[in-house]
Amino acid sequence: MSGRGPDVVVIGAGIIGAAGAWFATRAGLRVTVLDRGPLAGGTSGRGEGNLLVSDKEPGPELDLALLSRRVWREDLGEHAGLWEFDEKGGLVVAATDASAAGLAELTRRQRAAGVDAVDVGADELPAYEPQLAPGLRGGAFYPGDAQVQPMLAVAHLLRLARDGGAEVRTGVEVTGLLRDGDRVTGVRTDRGDIPAGNVVNAAGPWAGSVAELAGVRLPVLPRRGFVLVTEPLPPTVRHKVYAAEYVGDVASADAALQTSPVVESTESGTVLIGSSRERVGFDGSLSLPALKRLAANAVALFPALAGVRALRAYHGFRPYCPDHLPVIGPDPRAPGLWHAGGHEGAGIGLAAGTGLLLAQALTGATPALGLAPFAPERFDEGDPAP
Amino acid sequence: MNERPFDLAVVGAGPAGLAAAVAAGESGLRVALVDAGPRPGGQFWRHAEGADGAGHHDWETFASLRSRLRRLTAGTRVRHLPLHQVWAVDRAGDAPFTLRLTPAFDGATDEVTPAVRARAIALCTGGYDRQLPVPGWTLPGVMAAGGVQALLKGSGTVAGRRAVVAGTGPFLLPVATGLAAAGAEVAAVVEAARPADWLRRPLGAAAVPGKAVEGAGYAAALLRHRVPYLTRSAVTRVHGGDEVTAVTVERVDGSGRVVPGRTRRLAVDLVAFGWGFTPSLELVVALGAGTERGADGSLVATVDRARRATVPGVYVAGEATGVGGAAKAVAEGELAGLTAAVDAGRPAPTKRGRRLAARIARAERFAEAMHAAHPVPERWTEWLTEATVLCRCEEVTVGAVERAREDLGAGDPRTAKLLARPGMGWCQGRVCGFATAALLAAGAGRAVTAEDLRALGKRPLAAPVTLGELAALPEPPDPPDFPDPDTA
Ligand SMILES: Cc1cc2nc3c(=O)[nH]c(=O)nc-3n(C[C@H](O)[C@H](O)[C@H](O)COP(=O)(O)OP(=O)(O)OC[C@H]3O[C@@H](n4cnc5c(N)ncnc54)[C@H](O)[C@@H]3O)c2cc1C
Ligand SMILES: Cc1cc2nc3c(=O)[nH]c(=O)nc-3n(C[C@H](O)[C@H](O)[C@H](O)COP(=O)(O)OP(=O)(O)OC[C@H]3O[C@@H](n4cnc5c(N)ncnc54)[C@H](O)[C@@H]3O)c2cc1C
Repeated sequence: MSGRGPDVVVIGAGIIGAAGAWFATRAGLRVTVLDRGPLAGGTSGRGEGNLLVSDKEPGPELDLALLSRRVWREDLGEHAGLWEFDEKGGLVVAATDASAAGLAELTRRQRAAGVDAVDVGADELPAYEPQLAPGLRGGAFYPGDAQVQPMLAVAHLLRLARDGGAEVRTGVEVTGLLRDGDRVTGVRTDRGDIPAGNVVNAAGPWAGSVAELAGVRLPVLPRRGFVLVTEPLPPTVRHKVYAAEYVGDVASADAALQTSPVVESTESGTVLIGSSRERVGFDGSLSLPALKRLAANAVALFPALAGVRALRAYHGFRPYCPDHLPVIGPDPRAPGLWHAGGHEGAGIGLAAGTGLLLAQALTGATPALGLAPFAPERFDEGDPAP
Repeated sequence: MNERPFDLAVVGAGPAGLAAAVAAGESGLRVALVDAGPRPGGQFWRHAEGADGAGHHDWETFASLRSRLRRLTAGTRVRHLPLHQVWAVDRAGDAPFTLRLTPAFDGATDEVTPAVRARAIALCTGGYDRQLPVPGWTLPGVMAAGGVQALLKGSGTVAGRRAVVAGTGPFLLPVATGLAAAGAEVAAVVEAARPADWLRRPLGAAAVPGKAVEGAGYAAALLRHRVPYLTRSAVTRVHGGDEVTAVTVERVDGSGRVVPGRTRRLAVDLVAFGWGFTPSLELVVALGAGTERGADGSLVATVDRARRATVPGVYVAGEATGVGGAAKAVAEGELAGLTAAVDAGRPAPTKRGRRLAARIARAERFAEAMHAAHPVPERWTEWLTEATVLCRCEEVTVGAVERAREDLGAGDPRTAKLLARPGMGWCQGRVCGFATAALLAAGAGRAVTAEDLRALGKRPLAAPVTLGELAALPEPPDPPDFPDPDTA
């Protein structure tokens, strides 16, 4: 690799860039991470930290989720306390007989794919969540659903990388790529050029613009989500609780506002209710319809929340690809350029596996999962409808 | 909701909002005046039901504004909505603004109006006490000076028996004399600056004779009550077990650095800290209007000479554009009301507008001189220890924020908030925001920037609102796709 500059420049100090930087450092590469803002200043500081296996259909994303779960627990297990890793479990509830039947069918297929999923009868729901609304038709419990505090995860992964010799520079914007013919040989920034053996585009919902700097198309787009935070309460919600209908939403291509409640308590006693899904570009204005839906859905699940006050609402922009799968791997259209992004509403959870796969591929090792479903160039022909 | 939109919605019925609503109403606009308080008056003219103005300054101005407001509300020109808090303002394209309202507190009012619509909006939301933590400041018995005064004015409650009033600025004086007049013993007024300086400035107090007279009145009252007035001094530590029993007062230099060897201890059961005010900018920021650092170092709304914010149809007056006393707020409010009327096509009272603008400019020079003489001491963060609580809602210590900065790279307030949680609790950083920004800037060896303050001032929900109220919002038309279990 290049004698000058680092082996790898990572563009983006979000969770994906941070995980990639740490695993690449661990693999012996010299890494520099750049971000135009502060660390975790993009999507990773504006979402939640669910590591869900429950919401995924069998397929490449579930495979990545299961790998990630293992990496969070094993490779990163000794640091779990730093980012408040907590396997609190997820409870999915169904409000109609039809969705209960659909859920049972999903858990059957998930179990076949290696997910730990327990079917829960309507009468057993109160034992899991005493405050749940009456009249629900059934559910499923996922002991493997966990969470991390995403900002702490970013900050500590970057600190670990720094301790291993990586350099992390915030307030540095990548404005161009250095080229040698087709090959990408480094980055141009507002603070000067940095030659590098490889460049990893981990720019979250802005990854498309970074790809453009190389003249390649990467259809990563923003999908807005709002989260509501309540005042601190005595324990009301024990697990991550959401409606079975959420699983349908995640895979939806509908641009309109969609919401299903994911309701959970945090350590400080607040209840987080998230999150809505809208494709409105980078529009940052407060959406009352989104808040209405979040609140209405949460109150429908936990009627006691009706009198509870929301203190805060915030939003972020999930980076998503038209087929709802991330991009991970080298870009054959611009050798030397790699992409890691487009994880939509699951990037925190999927970061651990993504970072590991990226480091394996960068060092020429065989990745723990085949990267073909995540190939960055897969959108070039026969673009699936967005 | 289907009512015809108002021409102007005024948020806040303090000196600025009252004047704005009256001026706009008398110019022929239909006005909605929304205020969290039970009675008009805001902070300055906060009063108990039936109060006659005793102990209030400039009560005649208030009485006159109030009776003009009553005339307007008796007709259909102005609708006054007390005990309502605006928690959000939204607007679709060029449609009128919709102000979303919630009761000011649980059960505040039986007749809740959930929303009002208006073509323009005047934000006269005032401010709240700016607080600087010191070791021991979370003990019961430590209060913000404005809070102490609000209790006195609102219900005649004296918050302690032996008090110290500490901080900086002329506002310490009415709090001290108010406490003394209400029967408390005031052990000292502790002023970080040396205020004799600014009364002598040619463009300062001299330009606003009324203010100087008011200042002299307070000085006489302090003398009468034998209250020591300590300058270049600060309360750097509060002592006590379950509640306050004493404070440490130290001499400080012009930068706030402690001058060793001049320490004294005062036994008190009440500490009133007054470090100036922080404007309430939630709605300004939510509407996308510009902000900047004001003369006193807090974030303020950016306005033109006629009180227009940087977003069309939005006006800002009073404390929200910078702290400068009630008279300034009244003039700004009136001008904002007139500008809104002119912008809505009413005949322009140019002469009056010019006179108001000149009066405001004068008051601004006065305020600038005052703030320059009473800065937040640059080195106040040196009074802190690792263990000092910075954010009381989330019990975040100074040490925790410094570790986030040093070990994790949280160099800016937003990142520090995400990593160490200051400002995440009930008050959403209203109390600790300024202090957090100052601590991080000091740690990085730089000055606080407007960007630092903006990052902590963003609160899309301007006030807490219940999930039930959110769920009852009219939009969107299609219901959640599972049945409501209450009726299922
Ligand atoms: C409301 C909401 C809830 C969510 N909940 C969850 C959840 O519960 N569980 C979960 O797993 N995921 C969740 N997500 C999704 C998750 O947050 C994202 O998938 C993840 O944060 C994406 O991380 P990233 O590193 O790819 O992008 P980002 O965190 O956005 O990082 C990209 C970085 O690149 C930088 N950058 C961009 N362009 C440049 C440039 N030219 N030069 C330098 N730097 C640049 C940006 O400043 C940014 O910091 C949620 C998202 C939202 C919005
Ligand atoms: C606690 C306190 C005490 C003070 N005491 C003195 C004094 O003794 N002498 C002196 O010269 N100056 C004093 N000042 C400064 C003086 O009050 C101001 O200069 C003046 O009151 C500013 O007037 P205003 O109209 O801008 O704001 P305010 O008088 O603060 O009025 C703002 C009004 O807006 C309402 N409001 C704010 N947000 C919302 C919302 N979202 N929805 C509905 N209503 C809302 C508030 O309830 C309040 O009634 C004090 C300030 C404070 C904060």
